[in-house]
Amino acid sequence: MFPSYFTFWQKLGMYALRITAWSTLAFLMIPILVIVPLSFNVEPYFTFTEGMLNFDPAAYSLKWYQEIWNDDKWVLAIKNSFYIGFWATIIATVLGTFAAIGLTKSEMPLQSAFMALLISPMIVPLIITAAGMFFFYSQLNLAGSYIGVIIAHAALGTPFVIITVNAALSGFDYSLVQASMGLGAKPVYTFFKVIMPLIRPGVISGALFAFITSFDEVVVVLFLAGPEQRTIPRQMFSGLREQINPTILAVAVLLVVVSAIMLLTIEFIRARSEKIRTGV
Amino acid sequence: MIKLKQLTAAVAVSAAFATSAMAEQMTAVSFGGAYGAAQQKHMIDPFTAKTGHKILFENYSGGIAEIKAQVESGNILWDVVDIEVIDLERACSEGLLEIFPQDTLPAGDDGVAAADDFSEAALANECGVGNIVWTILFAYSNDTIKGGKPSKIADLFDTKTFPGKRALRKRPQVNMEWALLADGVAPADLYEVLSTDEGQKRAFDKLSSIKGDIVWFDSWSQAPQLLNDGGAVMVQSANGRIFSAIQADKKPFEMVWDSHVYDLDVWAIVKGSKKKALAEEFIRFATSSKPEAGMQDVAYGPTRKSSYKYVDKDVLSKLPSAHLDEGVKASGEFWADYGESLGEKFNEWLLK
Amino acid sequence: MSAATLNSVSQSLSAQEIKESKRNLKRRKLLAILFVAPLVFFILAAFVAPIGTMLYRSFYHPTVAQLVPETLTQLERWDSQSGAIPDKKTLITFTLELKQLAKARTAGKLAEEINRALPGSSSLIKFSARKLKKLDEQLLANNGDQRLLEFKKGKWGDPDLWQAIKQSGSVFTDRYYLTALDLKRDSSGSIVQRDTKIYLKLYWKSLKIALYITLLTILIGFPLSYYLATAKTKTANILMVFVLLPFWTSLLVRTTSWIALLQTNGVVNSTLQSLHIISDPLEMLYSQFSTILAMTHILLPFMILPLYSVMKGIDPSYYRAALSLGGKPIPAFIRIYMPMTLPGISAGSLLVFIISIGYYITPALVGGTDGQMISNIIAFHMQSSNNWELAAALGSLLLGLIIIIYWIYDRLVGVSNIKLG
Repeated sequence: MFPSYFTFWQKLGMYALRITAWSTLAFLMIPILVIVPLSFNVEPYFTFTEGMLNFDPAAYSLKWYQEIWNDDKWVLAIKNSFYIGFWATIIATVLGTFAAIGLTKSEMPLQSAFMALLISPMIVPLIITAAGMFFFYSQLNLAGSYIGVIIAHAALGTPFVIITVNAALSGFDYSLVQASMGLGAKPVYTFFKVIMPLIRPGVISGALFAFITSFDEVVVVLFLAGPEQRTIPRQMFSGLREQINPTILAVAVLLVVVSAIMLLTIEFIRARSEKIRTGV
Repeated sequence: MIKLKQLTAAVAVSAAFATSAMAEQMTAVSFGGAYGAAQQKHMIDPFTAKTGHKILFENYSGGIAEIKAQVESGNILWDVVDIEVIDLERACSEGLLEIFPQDTLPAGDDGVAAADDFSEAALANECGVGNIVWTILFAYSNDTIKGGKPSKIADLFDTKTFPGKRALRKRPQVNMEWALLADGVAPADLYEVLSTDEGQKRAFDKLSSIKGDIVWFDSWSQAPQLLNDGGAVMVQSANGRIFSAIQADKKPFEMVWDSHVYDLDVWAIVKGSKKKALAEEFIRFATSSKPEAGMQDVAYGPTRKSSYKYVDKDVLSKLPSAHLDEGVKASGEFWADYGESLGEKFNEWLLK
Repeated sequence: MSAATLNSVSQSLSAQEIKESKRNLKRRKLLAILFVAPLVFFILAAFVAPIGTMLYRSFYHPTVAQLVPETLTQLERWDSQSGAIPDKKTLITFTLELKQLAKARTAGKLAEEINRALPGSSSLIKFSARKLKKLDEQLLANNGDQRLLEFKKGKWGDPDLWQAIKQSGSVFTDRYYLTALDLKRDSSGSIVQRDTKIYLKLYWKSLKIALYITLLTILIGFPLSYYLATAKTKTANILMVFVLLPFWTSLLVRTTSWIALLQTNGVVNSTLQSLHIISDPLEMLYSQFSTILAMTHILLPFMILPLYSVMKGIDPSYYRAALSLGGKPIPAFIRIYMPMTLPGISAGSLLVFIISIGYYITPALVGGTDGQMISNIIAFHMQSSNNWELAAALGSLLLGLIIIIYWIYDRLVGVSNIKLG
């Protein structure tokens, strides 16, 4: 198990390390796993009942999941979250990808200043962003509208696109572009056939980050959105403040599934792009 | 790689979301929980069935802050709002609500003109129409109470005899009144004492005596929950919430009527609402005889005489109107004048 | 190719070629700018301008000047140090203006504004406005001052009240910043401390909570990162999912979980009770403890990810060399290995610290009264007390604080080493 030259204390240290590491992993995962069985609770409580612990099938039910579909507000919130997230991701990804390409060119003046400006939405606390947007967007009649929330979320998502595309471009050789153009390819063709395939993993991870940023975001929605633009996190927030019931847990479990899918997608892309890079 | 086809499909799907999500509708806001459910059943749903207009029915936790934020930023999100009289006077005098044309209210089912059918208090303010008579009292659960059965408002402040947490709504309204009443101020002098600096200090001192045992909540729907899950042994609550927990959920709760602070809830229209005409139509419907009588589900009394013929005889004794002599009428005028300054003092006191 | 290298090779090129390549460079520069420009404009309009509006609002506040312009003009003649109230003419002007406000239902706005300068004055103004609304205008033009002084036992006879009106009337003001720093101006205009310290305490508390969370994430995250960095790649990749899944999971979901775990009848309490470790449930939720615990959980991946990537890059042979040269394991670990992980620790600390100091959602949901942070009070002034100017001033100070932290970090470590998972 351990190299033979390890002393007793070193072995003990390794065990201690292993135990700490595993308990930390447990600390990270338990809060996420614990809501799964609770969401199937037949009783309207946030805790395990006797029946659940005895694995009595009658103690479990799908009713909180059905409740989501029967509640107009949850259905609207789910629609809104995907709708807003979709458009915010499109805007953030397109603008962010172009900006990242421009930023990595050595001819770009004031590179670090622009970089700082463009990733600032990630650093400024959301409450400040939300308050400022509330004042500003209200004057433009954008508060309480879909467009307002989409623009706000797109702004919050762009730093992630820039960072991931930037990383993908870090090894990019711009002479390839010149070569392509030199061979007579049109710029648009060059972009899609030369640049895009190389940065695609970065763009897709950036887009996923931008989507999850919008999909998770609640502070800006809290300040900017009207009742019509309620999103899933917004609905959860008011649910947790006003009336706690296990429907929220059922929604939470569904969100964990969404995150797991996102995570697997991004890991898959990363593994593949690593293979391509190391393979070449 | 995203294929072009999938992309078009995605765009088409989201366009479909857009049309369904952006359909025109009015927003009505109330307090949620059992009360919200009763309003949904007797006012919102019948209105939609009758007129075909959709209503987005939202919850808020009361107060005027959210309405004020909307009016002052020009970003009007709500159309109709259910507001407590304790906040109504202030909201109306500060220009946060539209003036409601009370002469357009329909006559009662028995043909009596609205002006005679409604109680005087229901039409006392030009900005709205009284919807229910309700009250704020405190309640305990037979399962968790220790040290006997509380019966007086002073018991709420007596943590020696009745140990445990008290849950109060996080605002000065009603809490200040109760502090003075528990401290021995006569109900008749209540608001006069509370308008003096000494009286306010006295109220805060009384509240300070149990500050460590207070659990604050923001929304009425939390009150029965706190009592149920053991978060507090006594809770301040709207009477209907406790009534509904006892009636519908068979909870072992008891209401204490001593020094309850009764009040009206009023339907009003947020100033600058883009759906003003529809909002007025809704209010006329919601305050007509039958929908109002539906509020008996949560033991709230109708504000017009013609509704009482629909009220169950057994419920009559549970309505606040049967306990008026034990209670105090909340003063909307006092809170219009002092809501601001006491609000700030209260927040400072909380942070201390 | 940069301009400097261009010059150095220019000797060997003809004038025509230099011109050509300069034009080429200019074109490429323009192209780069064209790529970046759309996003720059987007961010300026959608993000920077709103924050600018907020900053502006924290010192520009014309409301009172718009409500009672005449009175303020008249008040310019008044010497606030005199100890007397303004003259009859000023009082009559004010009475008439207040009556107008009452009619337009905006007297409440004035009351709210003056109340911020002189707490407790709003009830007097509202009461007076309501009375004045019913009085005849002609009558008031003659002896409105007397009527005004009759209200509420002559409270209008207090020079401090008029001083407050005068102060609130200035369009550009530092008073919200003073309030945000627990300071105020006394009647002579000099800056003094407020009796109750609220906001400085809150800033301090937020810094403290952020610091605790940062230290906790280092303490918890370090062993796990080390374990992952030294484990077999395949094991590490699988275990990494347990770090990344929480990272990708909605923070509302994670906060919900903590509520389910910690509440009075929650999972932790019922488990401990069924194991007979405790008899009465512990009060864990709605406290500073639950805030720190939940936020540590939420922010832990932000520490582990940079730490892991730095540790991954450290060649274990250094540490082994130190051991084989006779170094004791623990001192060698501290002196050789730890310093090499510093870039990871500092990057993680910056992320965790900056994110946690401005955190709003988790404290709002699990913080109760004593777990509230500065963001929560900003939200409170935005949504509940409607004191947007104070919220803007508090927000500007918080922003300044974060920029300072960020700047110090950039000086010491360099921001460019931050990478995402």
